[in-house]
Amino acid sequence: MEIPENVRKRLSIPAEEHFFAGHTACQGCGASLGIRYVLKAYGRKTIFVIPACCSTIIAGPWPYTALDANLFHTAFETTGAVISGIEAALKARGIKVKGDDGVMVVGWAGDGGTADIGLQALSGFLERGHDAVYIMYDNEAYMNTGIQRSSSTPYGAWTTNTPGGKRHFLEKRHKKKVIDIVIAHEVPYAATASVAFPEDFIRKLKKARKVEGPAFIQLFAPCPTGWRSPTDKSIELARLAVQTAYFPLFEYENGKYKINMPSPKKEPKPIEEYLKLQGRFKYMTKEDIEYLQSWVLREWEKLKKLAEVFG
Amino acid sequence: MAEYKPIRKVVSGNYAAAYAAKHARVQVVAAYPITPQTSIIEKIAEFIANGEADIQYVPVESEHSAMAACIGASAAGARAFTATSAQGLALMHEMLHWASGARLPVVMVDVNRAMAPPWSVWDDQTDSLAQRDTGWMQFYAENNQEVYDGVLMAFKIAETVNLPAMVVESAFILSHTYDVVEMIPQELVDEFLPPRKPLYDLADFSQPFSVGALGGPNDYYEFRYKIAKAMEDAVKVIKDVGKEFGERFGRDYSEMIEKGYVDDADFVFMGMGSLMGTVKEAVDLLRKEGYKVGYAKVRWFRPFPKEELREIAESVKGIAVLDRNYSFGQEGILFNESKGVLYNTDARPIIKNYIVGLGGRDFTVGDVRAIAENMKKVIEAGKLDREVEWYHLKR
Ligand SMILES: Cc1ncc(C[n+]2csc(CCOP(=O)(O)OP(=O)(O)O)c2C)c(N)n1
Ligand code: SF4
Repeated sequence: MEIPENVRKRLSIPAEEHFFAGHTACQGCGASLGIRYVLKAYGRKTIFVIPACCSTIIAGPWPYTALDANLFHTAFETTGAVISGIEAALKARGIKVKGDDGVMVVGWAGDGGTADIGLQALSGFLERGHDAVYIMYDNEAYMNTGIQRSSSTPYGAWTTNTPGGKRHFLEKRHKKKVIDIVIAHEVPYAATASVAFPEDFIRKLKKARKVEGPAFIQLFAPCPTGWRSPTDKSIELARLAVQTAYFPLFEYENGKYKINMPSPKKEPKPIEEYLKLQGRFKYMTKEDIEYLQSWVLREWEKLKKLAEVFG
Repeated sequence: MAEYKPIRKVVSGNYAAAYAAKHARVQVVAAYPITPQTSIIEKIAEFIANGEADIQYVPVESEHSAMAACIGASAAGARAFTATSAQGLALMHEMLHWASGARLPVVMVDVNRAMAPPWSVWDDQTDSLAQRDTGWMQFYAENNQEVYDGVLMAFKIAETVNLPAMVVESAFILSHTYDVVEMIPQELVDEFLPPRKPLYDLADFSQPFSVGALGGPNDYYEFRYKIAKAMEDAVKVIKDVGKEFGERFGRDYSEMIEKGYVDDADFVFMGMGSLMGTVKEAVDLLRKEGYKVGYAKVRWFRPFPKEELREIAESVKGIAVLDRNYSFGQEGILFNESKGVLYNTDARPIIKNYIVGLGGRDFTVGDVRAIAENMKKVIEAGKLDREVEWYHLKR
């Protein structure tokens, strides 16, 4: 359908597609939507770096690629280092990076490749201040190897190596606050985003393009396969994660925090609404849910305070 | 072509490496400190700080990342360089495969250092030889001059066959020992080593492409074959580049095995790296004393100089292989490789393995003489007393 010119002007999501049909993600995959939005925001003058993760597969086997951009597949723990090297090479060759028309160097890694095995390389990349964008797509487990826990897996979630059983579930740790670790590096720009809020995500991607130095975005990307959720519920889940303040949207820019919630005045919805749509939380008792709820609200208060004091 | 007037400088092996990297006009250097490699990168950093070299320097947080960053840089079209030793090289292992698999001509200097525990900072070749199967070419330098020349040649060879290359020098014996090195004026290096023409370039957006995607059983096999073929082709490239180097700068490297007195020798000493300096001196002395000995210095361990080794084997009764390294559960690594090469030939000289100098244990002219005595007896007896001898063992 042709979009009328006056409507097109109002849309903040570019119409061009740089992510091709025929990619090999599961139905309802949040990560694949994420790639699509990144390419919409940055266009084809983009160098993608993807480590071992679901996206390796999503992009397609040799000789195919679903990305209308250049793509370098790399080892699991190296995203931060490889984008550093690429940026250094472009600079050495006098090729413009970032800005309105420069080459975009994008690291695109899962939560495992970011929060666990790749944390060291991420830290090095952030601390050295390279002009590239690192996007962690957060599906809260190692999906590519068959749904094992990562440090970004939330309290109570079933995974194949932290199963729920007759007596109880094994995942007793809260989700690691990767973004706080990133911010501790005093980066110029860090933000959370969600595939349920593409305008917000694309706005953040464009901001990341403008800043001088490293930018980091943690993108909430539901995985129906790993979350044991219906494939048509991914966007709803991603929206509920924000609405329950389980995964609040915010930005950190040069020392300032800004919360970007869709309805800022509204109180967070109960976490149970989010949990009940997913098979991975079915082992949780009422007490477990209350406990998780109190944690979510405590973290939410913390973030609000930060935005109040450093807004 | 401008006339070659060498610039003589007294430098350590490490500084020779740093000067070579600078003269090669490397564009990206990513590295992590480890003794005894550190002064290579310190010197390069000094060049940058003084405005003598235009290099993007990435002080990474580990060797794994150093290699990963070099891989990124090389994939994005730049000439990339790093250096390391022992534990650092071991940490890079995964990414060494990545560099060759992605066909990136990264060049690295490895300063041979013994693996821990026990901690040791001294010379031992096991670190680099343990990387044998990563698809990297390996050049072993005997002295500081060869470190310098080796780095320049390595870039040219690597960028011709699209495989990475490692130039190996020994801890302290070369890395920290000063010697005269004849350096080549920049214009002449530029003629010898023009700017890199990458196989692919991540900064070329004319047609989107991906590198390193999943390769199923239907394709992976052929990718491997292409690396195998490139390694085979490298033999000729190495000889040609070595010859060209000789014609331009007077130091010929067209032989992958440097030979001395081989034609009329009863037996030869074979080995790699700085210990061959000692061997060469000892062989000169032994010759004066009437010993019919020679030497065969293996310069390139990968690709392995099979033909040259077979030729040597045809003319001698024995080969004493000196290994400053060891593969547990088997034997010295050069010995193991050499026996493999000779199995399918008619020439079957006696070949004996001497494990020497591990972890920096001194290896002297006297040691070579003692080994010569033993080797002479073995040849006279016409059979081995033992196949592998731990020469220095305190009994
Ligand atoms: C060094 C190393 N260890 C383990 C693996 C196996 N591996 C491949 S992908 C993966 C999990 C990826 O998880 P994540 O980063 O969260 O991305 P996802 O698959 O969930 O998209 C693991 C463990 C590997 N490729 N390399
Ligand atoms: S397993 Fe999950 S993250 Fe991976 S492709 Fe399928 S839906 Fe996407």
